[in-house]
Amino acid sequence: MTGVPYLSLSIWIPIFGGLLTLASGSDRNAGIARVIALITAIAGLAVTLPLFAHFDVASAAMQFQEDAAWIPYMRINYSLGVDGISMPFVLLNSFITLIVIVAGWEVIQTKVAQYMAAFLIMSGLLNGIFSALDGVLFYVFFEASLIPLYLIIGIWGGANRVYAALKFFLYTLLGSLLMLVAFIYLFQHSGGSFSILDWHDLKLSESSQAWIFWAFLLSFAVKVPMWPVHTWLPDAHVEAPTGGSVVLAAIALKLGAYGFLRFSLPIVPDAAQYFAPLMITLSLIAVIYIGFVALVQTDMKKLVAYSSISHMGFVTLGFFMFNQLGVEGALVQMISHGFVSGAMFLCIGVLYDRMHSRQIADYGGVVNRMPKFAALFMLFAMANAGLPATSGFVGEFMVILGAVKFNFWIGFAAAITLIMGAAYTLWMYKRVVFGAVGNSHVAELEDINKREFAFLAVLAVCVLVMGLYPLPITEVMHASVTDLLQHVAAGKL
Amino acid sequence: MEFQIPDFYPAAAELFVAGMALLVLLVVSFVRRGATVAYWLTQVTVVGMAAVALLSGRDVGFTFGQMYIDDPLGDFLKLWVALSVLTSLFYGRRYLIDRGLESAEYYLISMFAMLGSMILISAGSLLTVYLGLEMLSLSSYALVAINRDSTQSTEAGMKYFVLGALASGLLLYGISMVYGATQTLNIIDVARALFEQQANRPVLMFGLVFVVAGVGFKMGAVPFHMWLPDVYQGAPTAVTLLIASAPKLAAFAMAFRLLAVGFWDFAQQWQMMLILLAIGSLVIGNLGAIAQTNIKRMLAFSTIGHMGFILLGLASGVVGGERYLADNAYSAALFYVVTYVLTTLASFGMVLLMSRAGFEADQISDFKGLNKRNSWWAAMMSIVMFSMAGIPFFVGFFSKFLVLQFVVATDHVWLAVLAVMMSLIGAFYYLRVVKLMYFDEPLDESPIVAGVGVRLVLSANVLSIAALGLFPNLLMYFCSLVIHGSF
Repeated sequence: MTGVPYLSLSIWIPIFGGLLTLASGSDRNAGIARVIALITAIAGLAVTLPLFAHFDVASAAMQFQEDAAWIPYMRINYSLGVDGISMPFVLLNSFITLIVIVAGWEVIQTKVAQYMAAFLIMSGLLNGIFSALDGVLFYVFFEASLIPLYLIIGIWGGANRVYAALKFFLYTLLGSLLMLVAFIYLFQHSGGSFSILDWHDLKLSESSQAWIFWAFLLSFAVKVPMWPVHTWLPDAHVEAPTGGSVVLAAIALKLGAYGFLRFSLPIVPDAAQYFAPLMITLSLIAVIYIGFVALVQTDMKKLVAYSSISHMGFVTLGFFMFNQLGVEGALVQMISHGFVSGAMFLCIGVLYDRMHSRQIADYGGVVNRMPKFAALFMLFAMANAGLPATSGFVGEFMVILGAVKFNFWIGFAAAITLIMGAAYTLWMYKRVVFGAVGNSHVAELEDINKREFAFLAVLAVCVLVMGLYPLPITEVMHASVTDLLQHVAAGKL
Repeated sequence: MEFQIPDFYPAAAELFVAGMALLVLLVVSFVRRGATVAYWLTQVTVVGMAAVALLSGRDVGFTFGQMYIDDPLGDFLKLWVALSVLTSLFYGRRYLIDRGLESAEYYLISMFAMLGSMILISAGSLLTVYLGLEMLSLSSYALVAINRDSTQSTEAGMKYFVLGALASGLLLYGISMVYGATQTLNIIDVARALFEQQANRPVLMFGLVFVVAGVGFKMGAVPFHMWLPDVYQGAPTAVTLLIASAPKLAAFAMAFRLLAVGFWDFAQQWQMMLILLAIGSLVIGNLGAIAQTNIKRMLAFSTIGHMGFILLGLASGVVGGERYLADNAYSAALFYVVTYVLTTLASFGMVLLMSRAGFEADQISDFKGLNKRNSWWAAMMSIVMFSMAGIPFFVGFFSKFLVLQFVVATDHVWLAVLAVMMSLIGAFYYLRVVKLMYFDEPLDESPIVAGVGVRLVLSANVLSIAALGLFPNLLMYFCSLVIHGSF
């Protein structure tokens, strides 16, 4: 282990870089803000690479640990660390942040410094969430990350942005406040420790496990989002600017699922098992019902938003079957979804920047004018549908295998999503891209420029590499997942 | 009985302020531009008071036949009073000058109000409590009505006076019962009488109810909150700032000395009462704030909500007869009170900053589009709002968190859940202000004018909220230290 505090750097470089960007001033010299933001994002990504390079795949323990007293009066520590479950997300987050900064380069013309700063600060906060090993530290990052996203949606969003921003904020705050009470309860019962790892070993009675499970559930279910608390997501997505949608889909949605793995499963394993049928039912509803809802959307962003809910239903389904394939498949699905949904929103953003419409009906025959774009969009649409050789396939296939192992009919129901996913994504793709040129606006479209090509191509490479050779990622998470499942199976009663 | 010269040393700060007040009264009669002179002399007095309080008190000391206590809690709170009066007068000065309200009397009365707060903070006897309370209240009535030509202002002053007089009457009635049951006015002797079970308990219980009512009124807890929104709205903003900050510190000290010290053996009983007041305050304060369009009124209702949290902290000391949590829970309430005062200074400071000659800026909609007008102040106001809503990394989160910790420790998990749900409602109206500033178009494009000094101090004030949110440990430790030293 090296002595460099990579995790702290991955949190604080973006935050301080963001503040610097903010200080760099007004729209008159927006160029400076853009450059500072880009440098910060690159630096932020660079410091996370050693996490991957120096990661010990054989160990399930927390790595790159940092520990310092933060608020000794309340026994809150600044303790960080990552295991195989959280490490990939730190990388994903820093990577997506870079993409978002590049994607917003020319598109954002008002309050550039604030826009870039909001994304950078949020990136740091999200890294904090994934690497916090202290409950309060986790909570603090978790809550604080609401502020930049609230502002992003509200300032740069679409027509109904205020409603969407407020709904997003209050929904997620509702969940997390109950989690805070649960944290305090755990603190009292663990003899005064906020350490998440201490909580993992804390014995809890059946009834308190049930209460804590519900407090966590409300908090994380809103974030995932699971049916029926998903309604904030389509609103937030539709009204958010492209960058906001990308971060929301690629990273923010993963927080809830990550919370299940870091908190619900290990801290209250017996309650998790007891309520597993409920969770599986809710997940299946999300997978199938929301799949149908996605099918009838007329707004592209809404369609992808609903498809995200459906895909995240797959993730929670994988978790609550408690087998290796299911959990690992769900984790792969989370990362893949980060790339794919991010790319889908970027593609829609590319179209939106040119046409200022998200309605499927306003398009048609885009391929005639934008062949390069159409090719890349095709790849992402296929990945979203779960086509083999793309990253979307790997995770879904693993979860379905896990589900079949658990119960054939659950696996069968989950497999419906492959059909649904193909149906809504490809149908949308067909209506937007294929056919004759739809109208005069489409006829005037210009193909993607070098900058747009660059970030879409990078994502395309990620999607393909992960689809063809997922081993490096599954290898990283294997030990941690095995350990987690043993822990859950052992129970706490 | 032989006459003894009392030891004046423990009351040095109060004597200093009283002396200076009389001096200022004398000086302004003879100089031109009395208001300016009074302003500067008052500020010097406030700073001097802080210095004297800091230098004079180390350990617990009593004087005037134990009617007066000088202890770490008193010194700590007096420092905060000094800080809040200093900044309040500083923020409010331009506002007063713009409206022709600045006068030597204003600063004199402020000084007497401060003196009242200080006496209340250091009260060792029920009579001293009453003396300090009246001094503070009478000065506040006058301050609220200082704009004689404004019907709103005089109406607010009148309401405050009538309800305040009623509350004083209730408190006095309670004090008389306590005296009847224990034959003493000294708070520590009252506690001793309770402990030795010599006193008539039913009479004491009656007295306790009235004392709690008096404390509740001063804090502005439901159902004794009726005066608060009207007074906050009706008073000139500079005065609102003055009565919203330092008196809350005094009210905390009053609650602490009367309940946690005097009625210590009735802790179970008054905790139940405080819990009821807290629930009412949390619910009415937060729900009431939603409906407001006037930011001063909104902040008034939010104050009621915050008082609910402070009461929760005070009500979490004793669990099932066990008292080991008590001083920590009171430290949490103290931490809440001081950070609340810091945040309030910043919030009304922002309202004062936005106002200018002939324009009050007291509507929430006056904050529309502030980000486009001046992004620095928009960011500052958002920090204040997020802190009040209890969002980390701002200090408001930690003060709520600390209190909740003790609420859960007393096994009142449901109460903690209620409190967080009410904070959620609170988040709605705080966020609305942020929304107006960032998402809406400005109503007028006029730049924000303020002196360099005000800009610097207000920014420092807001940034301290953020800094304390990152590093709250030291202040928490201090709060715990002074409560340990005085309990």
